[in-house]
Amino acid sequence: MTDAPIPALRLIGVTKSFPGVKALSEVTLSVARGEIRALVGENGAGKSTLMKILSGAYVADAGRIELFGEEVAHPTPAGMIARGVAVIYQELAQAPHLTVAENIFLGRLPRAGLRVDWSAAKAKARDVMGRLGFDIDPADHIQDLSVAKRQMVEIAKAMVRDAKIIVLDEPSAVLAQAEIDELFGIVKQLARENGVAFVYISHRLGEVFALCDTVTVLRDGKTVHNGRASDLDAQALIRHMVGREMGDIYPRRAPKIGEIVLETKSLSDHALLREASIVLRKGEIVGLFGLAGAGRTELLRALFGAAARSQGEVRLFEAPALVKSPREGIAHGLGLLPEDRKTQGLFLIQSVGFNIVSASLGRIAAHGFISARRERETVTTQIERLRVKTPSADAAVQDLSGGNQQKCVFARLVAADCRILLADEPTRGVDVGAKREIYDLLVALASTRDLAVLMASSDLPEVLGLCDRLYVMREGRIVKELDARRTNEEEVMSYAALH
Amino acid sequence: MRLSIEGAPAIKVSLPRGAGLWIALVVLIAVSSFVSPHFLNPTNLLNVLRQVALYGILGVGMTFVILTRGIDLSVGSVVAFSGVLGAIMMEAGWSIPATVVLSLAAGTMMGAVNGLGVAYWRVPAFIMTLGTMVMIRGFGLMLADGGTVNPGKAAERFFWLGGGYLLAVPTPIYVFALVCIVAYAVLSHTSFGRAIFAVGSNDEAARLSGIDVPVTTFAVYVICGFLAALSGLIFLSRLSVGDPNSGLGLELEAITIAVIGGTSLFGGEGGVAGTIGGATILAIIANVLNLAGVSPFSQQVVKGAIIILAVLLETGRRRRV
Repeated sequence: MTDAPIPALRLIGVTKSFPGVKALSEVTLSVARGEIRALVGENGAGKSTLMKILSGAYVADAGRIELFGEEVAHPTPAGMIARGVAVIYQELAQAPHLTVAENIFLGRLPRAGLRVDWSAAKAKARDVMGRLGFDIDPADHIQDLSVAKRQMVEIAKAMVRDAKIIVLDEPSAVLAQAEIDELFGIVKQLARENGVAFVYISHRLGEVFALCDTVTVLRDGKTVHNGRASDLDAQALIRHMVGREMGDIYPRRAPKIGEIVLETKSLSDHALLREASIVLRKGEIVGLFGLAGAGRTELLRALFGAAARSQGEVRLFEAPALVKSPREGIAHGLGLLPEDRKTQGLFLIQSVGFNIVSASLGRIAAHGFISARRERETVTTQIERLRVKTPSADAAVQDLSGGNQQKCVFARLVAADCRILLADEPTRGVDVGAKREIYDLLVALASTRDLAVLMASSDLPEVLGLCDRLYVMREGRIVKELDARRTNEEEVMSYAALH
Repeated sequence: MRLSIEGAPAIKVSLPRGAGLWIALVVLIAVSSFVSPHFLNPTNLLNVLRQVALYGILGVGMTFVILTRGIDLSVGSVVAFSGVLGAIMMEAGWSIPATVVLSLAAGTMMGAVNGLGVAYWRVPAFIMTLGTMVMIRGFGLMLADGGTVNPGKAAERFFWLGGGYLLAVPTPIYVFALVCIVAYAVLSHTSFGRAIFAVGSNDEAARLSGIDVPVTTFAVYVICGFLAALSGLIFLSRLSVGDPNSGLGLELEAITIAVIGGTSLFGGEGGVAGTIGGATILAIIANVLNLAGVSPFSQQVVKGAIIILAVLLETGRRRRV
C-alpha cells in the first residue's frame, strides 16, 4: 500500500447529527488498496452511523467522502454499490428462501432475451466460488447454509459486483473459531491478491491484531486514533476506546444497603444465558456490563418473567419465586425498564397518563371499573415525583423528549409499586442533560424508596460512575463481579472483551 | 397536517381528533337534503336510523377487534348462521327466548374459535377469520340444506325485534343504543377497555406492563361474534326467513364503518362514538343515492372510494408520527 498515493476510500471531516445527538463529528479515515483497517470503539461511539454513511443509507451533514480520489457528491445506496463499496452487515440482508446463485445476482440476473439465463447464473456463481476457493454449491438455498457460509455468499456477491471496498460489520460475533480463521484467510487473500480495501468493524480486540494492518478508534463520534496496529497493544487500544474524563454527571451517594432481595443460582434461558448467579440488596445499584450480545438483556428478561428460564433458581425477598410471566413479575414487586423504549416500553400514540397507569390498572380500578379520581391522583403524583416535563397528562407520549419518555416508563414502574428495578440501558438515546436526570432519579429511587436497582448498560463510564457493584457478562455468563469503586475501565473492559 | 418551512419550526394545522368525521356528517346531511326533498322526511330519517342500527351493531363489534389491531372477516357468515339457526329453532317450535339465547351463544362460540386461533395459536387474524368465514358459511348452508328456512307463524311473533316500533321508533335503534352505551362504558371506563387499547397500540409493551394480551385478544373476538349473532337475529326478524346466503359482504361493511369512524387499522385508536358516526355516514350515503335513483352498482363504486378516502386521510394524519 506504500506506492498507492490515492487511497481507495477517504473520509474527511465527516459529521452527522440526529435530533439531540451528534453521532459523528469530523471523522477522518482512509483505507488504501489492499489494506485491512480495523474500526473500533465502544457501543455508541458512532461505528454504525459511519457504516451507514459508507453504504449511502445516511447522508453526512458535512465532510467529504472520496473514492479513489474522486469525491462522491450525492451518495445513495445504489450509487455506492455502483462505485464498488460493499457493506456486509452483521444481520445479513439476504433472501433466505432463494438459492445462493439468486442471492449473488439479486437484481442483476444474467438474461437471455426476456428470460433469466439460469444456467449462466449458476455457471458464473460457480466460477466466483471457485476463484474465491469457497466450497458452496450455487444451487443451495441460503436458509440451509451456516452463518459462516452465508457471509461467504455475501463476500462472493460483493466480488461479483466488483467491490473494491468491503465493510464488514462484526462478522465474527456469530462465528465459531474455525470459521473465524477461515474468514480471516479469505479477507487477507482478497486484500493481498485482489487489492480489496477492507474496513473491519469489531469489538474483539484480539482480532484487530490478528487481522488488521491499521486501526481507527472512534469515541463519542470523533476519531481519537488513527495508526498502525503493530504500534499498539491491547491495553493502549482500550485506553483509546474508553479514555474520557468521567466528569461529575454522576450523583454522589452514600448508599444504605439492606438485606438481600434478589438472588439467583445458575440461571439459564433457552438462548444465550448460562448459569448466571447474582445477588441484589435493598438500596443498592448494581451494574450489569457487557458488550452487545453478552446476555445482559436476557438476564433481566428471565428475571422479570418476560423470557422463559431453562434452569436455575430465583429467590425474591428470601422466598423461592417462579416468575413465569411479566404479570407475575410485577406482582412480585419486579419492574422492567425495557431496552427499547419505543418498541417495548411505550404506548407511543397514547397519553402520558395512559402510559403511567398501564401497569397498575388493578390498583386504580374496583371490580374492573377504573376510578377516574384514583387514576388522576396516580398520574399527577408520578408526574410530579419524577418531574416529567409534559404539557399535560393528556399529551401524547410520542411528543415528549426521549428523556421524558423514559421517565414515563419509570413512572409506570413506580406506580405499580416496583421494589426491584431491572433497568435495561436506561439512558440509551437520551441526551446528556436527560442522562443526568435519570441518574439522579435512579439514585433517589434507591435511597429514598429503598428500591434495589439492577442496571444493564453498555456505557462503561455510566456503570462505574453510578453503581455500587457490577457484574461483567460475556457470552451469556457472569464472568466477574467487581466493586465499582475499586476498579477502572481498563480492568472491566479486559473481562468484557478479551478472551 | 403539518406545513414545514425551511428553517422555521413546523406549523401544525390541526383540528381536534375526530372532528373531520362530524364535519363530514354535517356536510353530508346538508348536501343530502338538497339532493332529495324526501331526505328530511321523518319516515325516511327513521329508515336511515334503522339502517344505522342494523349495520352499526356489527361496526361496534368490529371496532373492538380493530382496536387490538385485529380484523374479523367472519361476521357476515355469523350473521347468516345465527339467522338460519334461529329460523330452524322457531320452525321446530322452540320458544323465542330460547331461540335468542341459543343463537347468541352459537355466535359467541364462533367468536371464541376466532379468538382461540388468533390469541393462542397465533394464526394471523386475517387468515384465521378468513378460514372461519368460509367454514361458518358452510355450516349455515349445511344447516339450511342449501335453501332458506321459513319459520312461518313464529316469525310474526318475532317481527318486533327487527321490524317493530316502540314509541314510534324502530326497535333495532334501542338495541343499538344499548350496545353503544355498554361498549362505550367498557372501552372508556374499565381496565379491560384500557387493556384493549394497550394491546392495540403496542402488544409487547402491554405484555411487559403485566396485561394479559391473549385473554384480551380472545375477548374482543368473542364480543364481535356475539354482536354478529345479535345482528343476525335482527336481520332474521326483519326478513322473516333464515337465509344461509345472506350477510354476504357484511364484514366489509362493518370494517368500513369502523374505519370511517376513525378507528385505526393500526390499532389502539378509535372508539364507539366514531363508529356511530361512521355507520350514520354510510347509511345516509346509501339512502340518498337510493333517493336520487342511483343504481346499486354505482353505489358500490362510491362506497369503495369512500373506504380508500377514509384510510388515506387516516394515513396522512399518521405520517407526522
